[in-house]
Amino acid sequence: MGFETIVFYVFAAITVFSGMMVITVKNPVQAALFLVLTFFSTAAIWMLLEAEFLAITLVLVYVGAVMVLFLFVVMMLDINVARMRASFIKHLPLGLVVLALMIGMMLMIVGVDHFGADKFAEPARHAADYNNTRELGLVLYTIYVYPFEIAAVILLVAIVAAIALTLRRRANTKHQKPEQQIAVQRKDRIRMVNMKAEEQK
Amino acid sequence: MEWLNTGIDWLAALFNDVVVVYFHMLPEWLQTTIWILLKIVAIMLPLMLSVAYLTLAERKVIGAMQVRMGPTRVGPRGSLQPIADAVKLIFKEIIIPTGANKYLFLTAPLLSLGPALAAWAVLPFGSDMVLADINAALLYVLALTSVGVYGVIIAGWASNSKYALLGTMRSAAQIVSYEIAMGFALVGVLIAAGSLNLGDIVNAQSGNLGLLNWYFLPLLPLFVIYFISGVAETNRAPFDVAEGESEIVAGFHIDYSGMAFAVFFLAEYANMILISALTAIMFLGGWLSPLHGLLPESVLSIPVIGSLVADGIHWFIFKIFIFLFLFLWFRATFPRYRYDQIMRLGWKVFIPVTIVWLLVVGVMVLAGLAPWFSAA
Repeated sequence: MGFETIVFYVFAAITVFSGMMVITVKNPVQAALFLVLTFFSTAAIWMLLEAEFLAITLVLVYVGAVMVLFLFVVMMLDINVARMRASFIKHLPLGLVVLALMIGMMLMIVGVDHFGADKFAEPARHAADYNNTRELGLVLYTIYVYPFEIAAVILLVAIVAAIALTLRRRANTKHQKPEQQIAVQRKDRIRMVNMKAEEQK
Repeated sequence: MEWLNTGIDWLAALFNDVVVVYFHMLPEWLQTTIWILLKIVAIMLPLMLSVAYLTLAERKVIGAMQVRMGPTRVGPRGSLQPIADAVKLIFKEIIIPTGANKYLFLTAPLLSLGPALAAWAVLPFGSDMVLADINAALLYVLALTSVGVYGVIIAGWASNSKYALLGTMRSAAQIVSYEIAMGFALVGVLIAAGSLNLGDIVNAQSGNLGLLNWYFLPLLPLFVIYFISGVAETNRAPFDVAEGESEIVAGFHIDYSGMAFAVFFLAEYANMILISALTAIMFLGGWLSPLHGLLPESVLSIPVIGSLVADGIHWFIFKIFIFLFLFLWFRATFPRYRYDQIMRLGWKVFIPVTIVWLLVVGVMVLAGLAPWFSAA
């Protein structure tokens, strides 16, 4: 068993363990933190597949930004753990149906009939100077340039829509106007008064 | 002096006979591991010493700016003060607050120190002095600096304290906002250099005009924004609302004591050095001498002066010192920003400026503007 195989199994074990913990721990903040660990170990596995751009982007985008905001929200929520656990039995049938559907779909795509070491040729190992980022960039901006641009526009629309949804203007809110603050002169704020000093008795 | 020379010769021969021979008898993977470990130690030891003495430098510099002496008692002119501080913190008790999540409470400081140190793996100190010469180095650095926020978030949440949670909220919002400006500034460097490898980025800044070839001139707005965002990312004054002594006491690390607090402290200062080093690499030509390409060969062959004015790690360290001094100077000079001012600066000033300047950089690169992009 080579070094790479050992690394793979270590990270695979961490991924599966933390993935299980995400759905079993009671505290939502801890669940979110386990999700972060899952992302991290997944990134390490992708790194083994020589997909360093995707691996680092996963850490950068999901761990560094999305999960931070997620934690931000979860920490502010007041979640009643006892009430959630009480309804476990009630929601179990629906959960089982969803589970069966998901397993069925997974089997159709990655079942033993379609997925396995004998179904695919072993990918060639790239040289040490192979630049995954460059290759991905070339493909994205040549062959897939239209899907890429369309995805970008859709994301932009989503951002604008999300901001527009939360933007509420109320007439009585007070806010600072920096341009006015900067424009303030000394004479606007200070008035020199000539006063007679208090006399000693 | 004869005996000294023979002594050194004898020691060298002994070293060759014993250490080198036995080292080559080890299996190859073990040799590689030992080499990498030695290199890591060679980076970490000076870094940790710099962190310790940066705290002293901070107190001395700010003291001088406020016409005080700074620490003077421990050692000559207070030079052993960091050691005394470290010893004191090591022997203090780590108090874990009631209701705190013990494991997360103790992992949080490590999570903030780890990324700050791990990023040094890809930083080039000289033309071939780098621990891991990887293609996606810039992305790696960006990813690690964005992960550093977890230390703050987890510390604030695990402390089970309102002040700590408030500090965490502020810090998380601030770091996520400034990361965007920081990332965009780096995209500018990336367009200019055409590479994600930090060594290639430095080499792309070499030319015949010395320091005029560096990227701080064509990318001036990005340079300024990157460094200011770096100050914000490290939660340093004037962006230190996450600590905010006057309002939320000490923010996210209010409940930490002893070594657990010291690790947060180490992380903050290690991050300062990291940001300074990154700014030096991206915009000030890393290890390149400001006279690179201007001097004739004859000057470079003068024994001592030649090696001083040539490219080398000493220029890199000197550039780091400039930025570290700026960090301390900022702290002594500026009053703390208000929270809404920080958000306004990040979102409404920095991000638009970086986006506009990305277009300008693209045009400059396409036009092959001399002397920076003429070769491309």
